[in-house]
Amino acid sequence: MDLLYFAWVRERIGMGQEQVEPPAEVRSVADLIGWLATRSPGHAEAMRAPERLRAAIDQKFVPLDAPLGAAREVALFPPVTGG
Amino acid sequence: MIRVSIDSAPIEVAIELAALEERGAGGLATFTGVVRGDDGVTALELEHYPGMTEQALIALAETACARWSLLAVTMVHRVGVMVPGDRIVFVGTAAQHRREALDACGFLIDRLKTDAPFWKREQLGDAARWVDARARDVDAATRWEAGQ
Repeated sequence: MDLLYFAWVRERIGMGQEQVEPPAEVRSVADLIGWLATRSPGHAEAMRAPERLRAAIDQKFVPLDAPLGAAREVALFPPVTGG
Repeated sequence: MIRVSIDSAPIEVAIELAALEERGAGGLATFTGVVRGDDGVTALELEHYPGMTEQALIALAETACARWSLLAVTMVHRVGVMVPGDRIVFVGTAAQHRREALDACGFLIDRLKTDAPFWKREQLGDAARWVDARARDVDAATRWEAGQ
């Protein structure tokens, strides 16, 4: 699956995108956040406070408890601040 | 007619307005957001989620067209680096009557703030900080939920 990171999530991880193959027990966005936190110190810092994160699956906003299902693209980012 | 644009070039309000006026509407409503220089902000950088942003703005425009009788909707958002005084966003609506145009314009800018994937980073001289989302923006967007 393709992961995209934006704003301070991207800065803390040190990259804007990566491809990952999470294990089968990673079923929801929240599971993915927990799993990503183990990948590097930068990931751990970015995923430290899941309540500050928002997500999109295949370019639609989803709550963190959303199942990943057959997601091709998952994005993690802070609450949006446009306009 | 729906026009959505996300661009790093300056927003040309006169051109956007002229295009809306060509629709033959009885009334136009517009909102222009401008970068503020509060608290020593020297520059503002806008990041977005290419692909999703366009879809999100089109979905908002379609929702407005279904809710109000509109002849045209224009939503233009600038991205990249801006300085205080630069236009950051333009929303324009054209309708036969003012109420539809004004209400739809208010709906679109309120919902754009919570429903489109943009992020602001403020530059204050040598320091930079990501702007936090504000509860009052969520309240303003919620105000437009059905029945209110």
